[in-house]
Amino acid sequence: MSERARLGVRKTYKLFIGGAFPRSESGRSYVVNDAKGRFLANASRASRKDVRDAVAAARKASGGWAARTPYNRGQILYRVAEMLEGRRAQFADELRAAGAGKNAAASEVDEAIDRWVWYAGWADKLGAVAGSANPVSGPFFNFSTPEPTGVVGIVAPDSPLLGLVSVVAPAIVSGNAAVVVASEPAPLPAVTLAEVLATSDLPGGVVNLLTGRRGELAPWLASHMDVDAIDLAGASPDAVRELEEAAAGNLKRVLRPSRQDWSAEPGTARMTAFLETKTVWHPVGV
Amino acid sequence: MAFEYAPAPESRDIVDIRPSYGLFVGGEFTGGRGEPFKSVNPANEETLAEIARADAADVDRAVAAARAAYDRVWGPMPGRERAKYLYRIARLVQERARELAVLESIDNGKPIRESRDVDVPLVAAHFFYHAGWADKLPYAGFGPDPRPVGVAGQVIPWNFPLLMLAWKIAPALACGNTVVLKPAETTPLTALAFAEICQQADLPPGVVNIVTGAGETGRALVEHDGVDKVAFTGSTEVGKLIARAAAGTRKRLTLELGGKAANVVFDDAPLDQAVEGVVNGIFFNQGHVCCAGSRLLVQESVADALLERLKARMATLRVGDPLDKNTDVGAINSAAQLDKIRMLSEAGEAEGAGRWSPPCELPQRGFWFAPTLFTGVAQSHRIAREEIFGPVLSVLTFRTPAEAVEKANNTPYGLSAGVWTEKGSRVLWMAERLRAGVVWANTFNKFDPASPFGGYKESGFGREGGRHGLEAYLNV
Repeated sequence: MSERARLGVRKTYKLFIGGAFPRSESGRSYVVNDAKGRFLANASRASRKDVRDAVAAARKASGGWAARTPYNRGQILYRVAEMLEGRRAQFADELRAAGAGKNAAASEVDEAIDRWVWYAGWADKLGAVAGSANPVSGPFFNFSTPEPTGVVGIVAPDSPLLGLVSVVAPAIVSGNAAVVVASEPAPLPAVTLAEVLATSDLPGGVVNLLTGRRGELAPWLASHMDVDAIDLAGASPDAVRELEEAAAGNLKRVLRPSRQDWSAEPGTARMTAFLETKTVWHPVGV
Repeated sequence: MAFEYAPAPESRDIVDIRPSYGLFVGGEFTGGRGEPFKSVNPANEETLAEIARADAADVDRAVAAARAAYDRVWGPMPGRERAKYLYRIARLVQERARELAVLESIDNGKPIRESRDVDVPLVAAHFFYHAGWADKLPYAGFGPDPRPVGVAGQVIPWNFPLLMLAWKIAPALACGNTVVLKPAETTPLTALAFAEICQQADLPPGVVNIVTGAGETGRALVEHDGVDKVAFTGSTEVGKLIARAAAGTRKRLTLELGGKAANVVFDDAPLDQAVEGVVNGIFFNQGHVCCAGSRLLVQESVADALLERLKARMATLRVGDPLDKNTDVGAINSAAQLDKIRMLSEAGEAEGAGRWSPPCELPQRGFWFAPTLFTGVAQSHRIAREEIFGPVLSVLTFRTPAEAVEKANNTPYGLSAGVWTEKGSRVLWMAERLRAGVVWANTFNKFDPASPFGGYKESGFGREGGRHGLEAYLNV
C-alpha cells in the first residue's frame, strides 16, 4: 500500500512595498497560467493607490540607501546573488512553469545570479569611471561626481527573471530606489525575487515590486511627480509615446525601450541613465 | 558712497550693423519666408536691424542642408580635419573679439566689461577646447568608435547669445554632427556674425545653419522629422513642451532650463568675500542667468551684518550704458522681460516681503531695473519659488546646516547652488547634500569649457562641457 501523497502548501503571491508583502489595497487579483494554460496562481493586481504607496516607500528609502557607502551597497548586491544561488531550484521551476525548457531555465537562473555579482562590483567603481577632475583654466579645484537620480520607475520586460534583474540591479547599485512593474504574463518569479531581496539586507523600500496590468499601472508611474526617472524597457511600443508625454510633466529622465539581448554583457548605459553629474568648484589659495 | 566716474564708452565704430539680415542656410545668407522682425537695442530702444523670419519651409531647407553636409562631408571627414576647422573658428573669434563683444552688448544690453572679459573669451575657449576632442573621441570613455548622432536642432536663449551658441555648436561639430541653430528673437546679431565667421573659416556649407525667428520657428525646428537630436536652453515651461514633442520619436534630447539657486552663507564665512559672491551671483548679467544665486540663505547670527555690507556694496553698483566700461549692471533685455521682473517684484511686496534698492538713477529710454533685494521672504512667496530672471535677490535665513540644506533643496529646480564657509569639511558636506548640478563653494558663476554644466530635477537633463558634455552628441 502506497503512502498517501502529501498535499502541497501553496504560496500566496503578493506585492512587495516598503519591505513588506501586502496584497493590493484594491483587493483585486488576476489569474496567472502556465505555458499550457493551466492555473498556476492568483497574482495581486495592483492599483493606482499601490503605485503611490510604493513611490512613497521608495522616496523614504532613497536617502538612506544613497548615503550607504558604495562598498556597503556592493556587499548587499552580492548578498542578493548569494540568496538567489540558494534558491536556484525554486527559480528554475518557476521559469519552467512560465514556459522555459529545463536547460534554458537553469541557465537563465545562473545568468541572473551572475548579473547581480557583476553589478555588485560596480558599486565602488562607478564614481571613478563616471566622475572626473576637470582641468579648468583658473585657480580652482573642480571635480564632477555621479549621484543617484532618486526614485526610478521601471516597467520591467517580459524576460521574467534575467530581464528583471538586468533592469533593477543597474538602477539601485548607484543608490537609487526603484518602483518596478513586473512582467504582466509572468509575474511570479518577480514576487519570488522580492523574497530574495527581503532577506539580503537590502533596506525596505529600495526595491518595490508591483504585479498587475501594465497598461493600468505604467501611466500612473510615468506621471507621478515624485518619480525622478523611468525605464520603459517593458512598455509596449504603442504605449511609449503616451508614457513619455506623461513623464515630461516633471522632466523625468526617460530610458526608452530598445532591442535587448539580456544575456549579452550589459555595459554601463543602464547605470549612467539614472545618474546625475554634480560639479563642484572651489578656489585654490592660501 | 559711489565714486564719480567720467563716462568711458567703448566705441561702437568697430561694428558694422547692416540694415537687414537673412538666414544662413547651406553656407549662404538667404531670405526668409516669414514676416521679418526687428532687433532693438534694449539700452535705448533704437532699432538695430531687420531680421528674416524662418517659417516651416525655411527650417525644412536648413535641415536638408545640414543632412546633406552630414552625409557627404562632415560625417565622413576624419576627426583631425574637423578639429582644424574648429581651431580656425576659435582663432577667428579671438581675432574679432572686440567687435563681437561690442555687438553683443548693443544687441543684448549686457555691460561691455562682461561681454569683453567673460562671454567672448569663453566662446573662443569652448571652440578651442572642443576642437581638441574631435580626433580623440575614442578616448572619451564612450566606447572604441563612438559615432555622431546626425543633425542637431538647437534652440538657445537671449541671456548669453554667443556663448550659448558656442556651448551648442562646438561639441556638436567636434563629435561629427551638423547643426541647425535658432538664436533668440531679441538677440540674433552675434549668431549672424558667427555665420560670417563660418564663411571666413571655409567651413563646408551646411555644417552650420542659422535660422532666425521666434517660438514658431523654434517649434518647427525641434518638431522636424529630419532632426536626430534636440538641444534646448531656456525656460522650464518650454522645456516641458519640447520633451512632450520629442515623446515617441527617435530624437535624443538634452535640456538646460531654469533655476532658483540658493547661495548659502554660514556664520564663519569671510563676509566681504561672501558679499562679492552674492553680488556676482545675482547681479551678474542683470540676473539674466539660469544659474543665478537668486535666493540668499544666510545664517541668522550674521544676517544683519551681512545685509548691512550687502546694501553698502549694492549702492556702489553702476547701472547704465552697457558700452560704458565702468558699468556693472546693464539694460534688461526686453520690455517683456522687464514686465515680468516688475510683476514678480510687486508680488513680493504684496505678499509681505520688504523691498529695498539703492538710490539709483535709471536712464529715461530703454529697459532698466534697479538692483533689488527682498528681506523677510518666506519659502512660500512667489519671489522665493519662481525664477525672476532679473536683478532681484530674495533673502531668507537659517539656523542649522540641516535647515540650510532643507531650504536650499525646497524647489523643483536644481541647476546650481553656492556655499560660503571657511570650514572645508562643511563645504564638502553641503556639496554632497545640495541637489544641484553645479555647486560653487566660496565662489559663484564660474564657467569653463572643461567643466560639465547642467541641472538636476526640473532644471533639465544632460551636461554641457567637459568629457560629460560629449555624450549628448554621440550615439552611445
